[in-house]
Amino acid sequence: MNELLKKAEANASTKEEKSFVRPEDEEREVIAPDGSIIKVNPIYDYFSGEKPSVEKPNKGVVEKFLNWARAESIWVLGFGTGCGSIEIPPLMTPRFDAFRFGVQMRPTPRQSNAFIISGYLSVKTLKRVIRSYEQMPSPKYVIALGSCTINGGMYYDSYSTINRLDKYMPVDVYIAGCMPRPEALLAGFVKLKEIIKSGKGEGANLYAENFDEYKANQKKVIKDWNMPDYNW
Amino acid sequence: MTIYAQLGYTFLGLFLVLNWGMLMSATFRKIVARVAGRHGIPIYQPWIDLVKNAGVRTTLSHGTMFYLGPVFRLTGAVGMFLFMPALVGIGNEHWLNFSFQGDIILILYFQLFGMLGMALGAGEGGQPHSAIGIGRGLAQHAAVELPLTLGILSLAIQYQTLSLVDIANAQQGGILNWTLFTNPVASAAIMLAALGAFGHSPFNLVKAPNEIPIGPPTEYHGSYLGILMSSGAIIHVMEAALFMNLVFGGATSWIEFIIKTFLIYFYSIFVGVVFPRFRIEQSVVWFFKLPLVLGIIAILIYSF
Repeated sequence: MNELLKKAEANASTKEEKSFVRPEDEEREVIAPDGSIIKVNPIYDYFSGEKPSVEKPNKGVVEKFLNWARAESIWVLGFGTGCGSIEIPPLMTPRFDAFRFGVQMRPTPRQSNAFIISGYLSVKTLKRVIRSYEQMPSPKYVIALGSCTINGGMYYDSYSTINRLDKYMPVDVYIAGCMPRPEALLAGFVKLKEIIKSGKGEGANLYAENFDEYKANQKKVIKDWNMPDYNW
Repeated sequence: MTIYAQLGYTFLGLFLVLNWGMLMSATFRKIVARVAGRHGIPIYQPWIDLVKNAGVRTTLSHGTMFYLGPVFRLTGAVGMFLFMPALVGIGNEHWLNFSFQGDIILILYFQLFGMLGMALGAGEGGQPHSAIGIGRGLAQHAAVELPLTLGILSLAIQYQTLSLVDIANAQQGGILNWTLFTNPVASAAIMLAALGAFGHSPFNLVKAPNEIPIGPPTEYHGSYLGILMSSGAIIHVMEAALFMNLVFGGATSWIEFIIKTFLIYFYSIFVGVVFPRFRIEQSVVWFFKLPLVLGIIAILIYSF
């Protein structure tokens, strides 16, 4: 048995590094209608490869006022990652009514400033989560919902999920439980508001400062990395 | 009145209209929430959203036209306000803004101007959903314009003028003088087309959030979105004010203006909460049926 394992490991290490770029995304030359030849590199034509930079907050009253506005207008990206997303629709219904707290759902990452990672996060979804998170404009906040985002929860030994969300992106609020009820999520929003109002919701800047570290962690689990390092 | 005083009144009117538009949209979200048994947003939520959007730190551009899209939209909104009388009647000469003979044509043009600007700007954003939204928006707008313009031409023949002030002034002196009662066919064509002009359900496929993530503004964020939100507030009031001046006798005081625009906007929302969303080919065909026939009849009445 051990011999078989050793053989498999040896095979894995000697195997050529596989390229995950899809054929239509490969760098190539294209003939334009007027006959000229154009070089295209779709991955870098579609996305910016530039690294994020730290955006310093304003000073004094201005920043306090803006933080108050940010706290009272939380636009959540409508992206359910795991089983916890079933708790989000009831939030908007008469029973829980998150609109009272200034919480609204937005369909596009460009217009949202809060990301709820709802439950377990498979590696496949993590890739999409990273892309969506990087497209959101700063300042942005992450709410991690459920035990799975804290220590893996009941999926702690799964081959396809991550255990600690904190390694891959900065998290502002954790909501523990399996599953946390919508009331817990509302309490999480109230906590997030406190954090934003006190000026501590600087997750986007944290991400920019420790960019290399976060990127290394992400690449460690995402094997088919076929996008630029920073895609906004 | 000097030009400076005129400018002062116009800016004051624009400020009032902007805030009334935001309050109006908040009120309607509140009403819809109460109907559903919720508390709904705080009434001041649109202003907070505006400040939040202005305070977004990263904004990224896709090019010059991407910048100009919201600017064109705002220009269309402000242009509609500038050339439309806010209040008409005796003693309201200072609230006529810059309206002139033939202003209806210009206002119809400004209605389209913002849309075209957004089409160019959102097109440069490169988001496929934007392009789909633009295609649908322009197709639907062409279908809306036809009955709307026929109805307005019918009014122009009836009142022998293309001036909105003259049309609104001709309807003063009692509810039975409104175009609604003097020219019901053209009024019906205009008010059916109005549903499309407001763009609420069932004609909201252009920015349906759960199908094409809100269409043309998909890529817009931060202060771009703030400009789009404020111009949207102005446009909603000015569309309602256009139909108020054409069909419902204009307004002689700000109270009347607020009540009438509120009710006209309520009419489009009311239809919206009752009827589900049309697909684009259904909505275009719908405008080419009853509203268009009514518009043609409204013209034919005056040609014999």
